[in-house]
Amino acid sequence: MDEQENPLSLVLFSGTDDKLTAAAVLAVGAAAMGRRVNVFLQYYALDAFRAGKVCADHGLSKEATDEQTPSVRSHKGQHWSELLRQAKEVGEVDIQACALSMDMYGIGREDLDVLVDGVEGVAAFMASASDGQVVFI
Amino acid sequence: MSTVQVDRTIDARGMACPGPLMSLIGAIRQGQVAQVFEVLSSDEGSKTDIPAWVAKARHELVAVVPEDGYARFIVRKAR
Repeated sequence: MDEQENPLSLVLFSGTDDKLTAAAVLAVGAAAMGRRVNVFLQYYALDAFRAGKVCADHGLSKEATDEQTPSVRSHKGQHWSELLRQAKEVGEVDIQACALSMDMYGIGREDLDVLVDGVEGVAAFMASASDGQVVFI
Repeated sequence: MSTVQVDRTIDARGMACPGPLMSLIGAIRQGQVAQVFEVLSSDEGSKTDIPAWVAKARHELVAVVPEDGYARFIVRKAR
């Protein structure tokens, strides 16, 4: 995959399992197709990436109705953390924690899961995003 | 379909999207050039994803064979 396409940049804000899974599916698909992927973790999404919390139940978003909840919860698809791990395996995926959100929670790099590559500010994230799309989830 | 010698079969039936594709990618990365891989998938997404990835990664889609409730994707590692 030689041609250099614009990266896909995902800003993860929501920390519910459904939105994290939807985001991880985009990340793994883009990585498989040879696009660089940048992920920026803010607010509730960052909280879900804390060490030891990744596989906890993070609930579903408000969009989920009572009728939909059982089928979303019982779906046999892979966990979002596993999808992100695969994305990193097949492509170039950089997962950065938002410095502001880190500050808000009063946590350090050592409090985050190994999936997270580092902590950066928004300008650094935008520099990585360059001319590619930025998707807010 | 002409007979193609399959070197490795990946039974990904029952796996959700994008599981079968990711299994194929993993197998191809570990394999040798010219080896033929067969993925069995019941995931609807595979019908579009596997051909798209094979084209992008410049391998060869030898055949897609519909079976009862799943399909066989036969891919040759080209490089």
